[in-house]
Amino acid sequence: MMAPAHLFQATPLTRRKRCTERVAKYVFLTMSLLLVLPLLLIVGYLVYQAWPILSWEFLTTNPRRGMRAGGIWSPLLGTVYLVGISLLISAPIGVLAAVYLNEYAKDNWFTRLVNLAVVNLAGVPSIVHALFGLGAFVLFFGIGKSILAASLTLAIMTMPVIIASTKEALAAVPLAFREACWNVGATRWQTIQHIVLPNSISGILTGVILQVSRAAGETAPIMFTGAVFFKGIAEGDPFAYGLFDQCMALSMHLFTISTQVPDVPDALPFGTAVVLLGTVLLVNALAIILRVYLRARKKW
Amino acid sequence: MTERGRGEVIVEWLVESLIRLCGISAIIFVFGIFFFVFREGAGVLFKGFDFREFFFSAEWYPTSQSHVRYGVLALMAGTASVTALAMAIAIPFGIGAAIFISEFCGPKLKETLKIVIELLAAIPSVVWGFIGLTVLNPLIIQLFHAPIGLNVLNGGIVLALMSVPIIVSIGEDALKAVPDSYREAAVALGVTRWQLVWRVVVPAAKNGLLAAVLLGVARGVGETMAVLMATGHAITMPSSLLDSVRTLTATIAAELGEAPVHSEHYQVLFVLGILLFVITFAINLTADLIIRGVRKP
Repeated sequence: MMAPAHLFQATPLTRRKRCTERVAKYVFLTMSLLLVLPLLLIVGYLVYQAWPILSWEFLTTNPRRGMRAGGIWSPLLGTVYLVGISLLISAPIGVLAAVYLNEYAKDNWFTRLVNLAVVNLAGVPSIVHALFGLGAFVLFFGIGKSILAASLTLAIMTMPVIIASTKEALAAVPLAFREACWNVGATRWQTIQHIVLPNSISGILTGVILQVSRAAGETAPIMFTGAVFFKGIAEGDPFAYGLFDQCMALSMHLFTISTQVPDVPDALPFGTAVVLLGTVLLVNALAIILRVYLRARKKW
Repeated sequence: MTERGRGEVIVEWLVESLIRLCGISAIIFVFGIFFFVFREGAGVLFKGFDFREFFFSAEWYPTSQSHVRYGVLALMAGTASVTALAMAIAIPFGIGAAIFISEFCGPKLKETLKIVIELLAAIPSVVWGFIGLTVLNPLIIQLFHAPIGLNVLNGGIVLALMSVPIIVSIGEDALKAVPDSYREAAVALGVTRWQLVWRVVVPAAKNGLLAAVLLGVARGVGETMAVLMATGHAITMPSSLLDSVRTLTATIAAELGEAPVHSEHYQVLFVLGILLFVITFAINLTADLIIRGVRKP
């Protein structure tokens, strides 16, 4: 005997449940998409506004006529210096700190304290880093407002994130690799040097690359420690800045010409914003591609 | 067993000392930051500093000729109002997106959304400020017929977009940490996906979600350039969303350049820095303890 058809129909309760589920799903989907939308709109709008001015010349000439004309060579080079020097300082210290936390530290109160310090260092507001850089490097250590002082400030700001990402990369190397190495008589450092670091170097690099974009975008920490409103330098000379010179920086330049200088033609700040944003997003995309590539070829 | 060479032992010892030194550097830096900021601000704190005026007066006239006053109530109200509005927008969207990414969507879409959120987090704060200045400012003037578009609303929207990525990524971690056995048990009882999320996963992950929100708040309180550019520069108690305000962070950024080194004004700005340091430290510490509590049991 066939069962009556209505037995297979959804009861009102089931139908209501399914309906709620669908509504919930689409509400959350909309919320997620509303977060994606601004990114596209912002990038699109900025590029649209900046299009007329973007050229090779814009990148390679100094700002002129009280920053109302010309290009962004001086701030661009300054940003390269600040990012490069700050990472030269923070990457080695950050990586070694992570090696300590992951390979040497025992699970005790002291290690927990160090971890807590890393978390809190990452949460210190950028303007407090600026005050610290001014009080410590510029005044106390007498470095003065300079590329070095600003880079040191940026280095301390980027370090906790490098520590965190490196720790994750090191932890992904299986313990068996280390044990095999110890068993043939290698010391702790030899194991780290020849087994742990080579096997995690790409993960470490991804973390460091991400900090390039962070350091390039920061404004507050360099405002009072080394970046200046204007400084003309030799156009086309990549060594135009010295370690103890003050410099311009893209982020600071964008702040200056969009709020402090009157009558700047619209395209200039938009052009600066696009170059800054483009650099940051490109660097991030690079890190993401590196990560995806790594995950695909991971052997264990 | 072979003896190790003397050189080898020395190298090992040197490297290990270096690594240990770097390992404790984070502690040194945290104390260093507090010490040096405190050191610059200490002068004014121990010379009959009027704490009552500092915390309970809304009058911030650091360069007044006749009567200098340092009351940070209006600045704190500025920070609080912008952060509160930002959280009112960012918490539902952030948690909603975290739930969608973790529970509702397929692996491909999940990967894409996570990348976009990561890119959103990478936009520098000065670019956000610039967006507030050039995009939201005219928009707010047009929509609300406000005299000026640089206000709490503008700063709140910008700050919301900036803190959403943190809330999403930490929130998603928290949801992911809910054991699959919980989900299996619920599905075995015949619940729908929505009931599963609402009755099982979210309650189980509520501590982690709270930590995500707290870290979002810390980001909002500490953000400088974006609010400096997007909230206008009125040091008053805000009474509506369309009032201009000035936050703690923006005050330091705007005035430090003009305050003569070691003057009283300069020192008070460092006191503001101590205040910010303490607030964010407390929030981050709480969030960290909550996250640790989630991992432990």
